[in-house]
Amino acid sequence: MILTNIDSVPGRQIVQHYGLVQGSTIRAKHFGRDFAAGLKNIVGGELKGYTELLQESRAEATSRMVAQASELGANAVINVRFTTSSVAQGASEILAYGTAVLIE
Amino acid sequence: MDSVELWISLGIPVVLIVVGKFVGASLERSHYRSIIEREARFRARPAISTKELDAPVPIQSASLAVGSVVVSVDHFKRFLSGFRMIFGGEIRSYSSLIDRARREAVLRMKESQPGADAFLNTRLETSTISSTAGNEGTGTIEVLAYGTAVHYDRRP
Repeated sequence: MILTNIDSVPGRQIVQHYGLVQGSTIRAKHFGRDFAAGLKNIVGGELKGYTELLQESRAEATSRMVAQASELGANAVINVRFTTSSVAQGASEILAYGTAVLIE
Repeated sequence: MDSVELWISLGIPVVLIVVGKFVGASLERSHYRSIIEREARFRARPAISTKELDAPVPIQSASLAVGSVVVSVDHFKRFLSGFRMIFGGEIRSYSSLIDRARREAVLRMKESQPGADAFLNTRLETSTISSTAGNEGTGTIEVLAYGTAVHYDRRP
């Protein structure tokens, strides 16, 4: 499965469009990470625990989107977009969406 | 007894601010050094915000590259920004934090695809991470950089 965030797959021809596919996940932080992040907050800088948490969630959202696309028979997703929104205190939703296409 | 409590309640925030100032500033300097060094290494593999290359080069393969980072401000900067909120104007202490985060995210995106020749349609997205500790959450942001990594076709 090829993913791009532009209107085409460079070097390949698109033969069929399948429309929008999406994948999302809502994750809450867990206590241990929150505590470590609270300590790290004093000196500032990167909060590695949160970086990893969000990376895992984004990978999960992407794989759900890819699963939806392959169910349709697509072999690429173009124009992929990511958005993040916080749905509740301490929880955020990560959404990945794009257009499923069939390429040569 | 009351004076001991007063000292503790005043002392802890002051200690946190002082620790934040010195440790935070030294972490920031070392982070900037690392960013500048790595940016120099990736200069030949540009991240561009347009969808196509200026000179049409045959492209062999394309894939999505993603990089992200979560950063927070230190207690000293948080304290300074509290003053700034009274008078208004630019909060410089936050500008440097967000600048570091964006550059770090772009570098991670590039590092995730070490062999790529260029990154097309690079997008930067910033979002605020809320915290259960109420106001403590202000100043924690996530920056996400993503783009299409392309490999040029070098076959003759």
